[in-house]
Amino acid sequence: MNAPNGTDTTVWCDRCGEPLTGAAPSGTAPHEACAAARELEPPRFCPRCRRRMKVQVLPKGWSATCVEHGTTGPA
Amino acid sequence: MLAAAKAVIDTGVGLDLDGVLAVLRCSDEELPEYLAIAHEVRMTWCGPEVEVEGIVSLKTGGCPEDCHFCSQSGLFTSPVRAVWLDIPSLVEAAKQTAATGATEFCIVAAVRGPDERLMSQLADGVAAIREAVDINIAASLGMLTQDQVDRLSALDIHRYNHNLETARSHFPQVVTTHTWEERWDTLRMVRDAGMEVCCGGILGLGETVEQRAEFAIQLQELDPHEVPLNFLNPRPGTPLSDQPVLDPKDALRAVAAFRLALPRTLLRYAGGREITLGDLGTRDGLLGGVNAVIVGNYLTTLGRSPDQDLALLDELRMPVKALSATL
Repeated sequence: MNAPNGTDTTVWCDRCGEPLTGAAPSGTAPHEACAAARELEPPRFCPRCRRRMKVQVLPKGWSATCVEHGTTGPA
Repeated sequence: MLAAAKAVIDTGVGLDLDGVLAVLRCSDEELPEYLAIAHEVRMTWCGPEVEVEGIVSLKTGGCPEDCHFCSQSGLFTSPVRAVWLDIPSLVEAAKQTAATGATEFCIVAAVRGPDERLMSQLADGVAAIREAVDINIAASLGMLTQDQVDRLSALDIHRYNHNLETARSHFPQVVTTHTWEERWDTLRMVRDAGMEVCCGGILGLGETVEQRAEFAIQLQELDPHEVPLNFLNPRPGTPLSDQPVLDPKDALRAVAAFRLALPRTLLRYAGGREITLGDLGTRDGLLGGVNAVIVGNYLTTLGRSPDQDLALLDELRMPVKALSATL
């Protein structure tokens, strides 16, 4: 699968979809709140291209699919 | 007011509005005693068993309704995308649920009410699950017509969930695309068709303490088989995204108050308990009137590991209700 220009690495927050290097929406440490929230949430944005992903949550797991970068699940 | 609460142990008759309000307004010092009374009420009128349930979303997102707490409304800028679960994944979810010892598996769809595609998908899914696993199947598909109620009943849907969400007086501040009364009408049809009624709501939607008590009394009037208690987990992009999470002690006051209003009902811990109450709150609730839990993940968010909840039930010597006991 081909990644878009220069987006092979994780550059976007997979919870809020904002740049990982920027300030978080809460104005606190960058994406600290997002990281904490992600413990009880699946990702919503592709960390490589920022597209919103199709997410399926099952009782014991989840999957998140980016149309460009494929499907991921719990680590 | 403690005397009124203690009387529920003997009578099995729920508290009235003033009694519920007193529990919701009790001091921090009084709270443990109310929780202990609520626990005794539960043990007396429901027994020690805990009903375990898993839930899954058959159709996620893209909902035309505007429930202000919900990340699945298509009217908000929520990051949740619309997606359907295929039948093999639905069966897998039912197997995962049954493997925890759960007796209930609830299939949920984010819709105003089911269309033909959804009714057909549900019928196919129910048939596939029944071939693969022994578990009671419940459904939550929004508002129903009489014909749809009859079809769900013919599918042997064990229980139908449709939450009133909040007090009648507060509902218009939370939902504007349909009314509390429309929801009530669906619940009445479900009951008349002989399905078990599951109806609860979400606490922390900006309602007053008085409205929380009003809601408990309205549920008492409905007398559902099960009341799921959710606590708001503010979702990004929704109108309630900045609403503060309910204070944990207020959440426990609500647990005690709803049990004392509904002595004989299944009172289920549902969404939001992790962020509102944490691990200790789950224990406190199970020792304060709760006798049912959703295990594992929720519809769009994640829950505690089922193993954690099952270990806690074991430690508390609360047996998981067996499937044979529900039939």
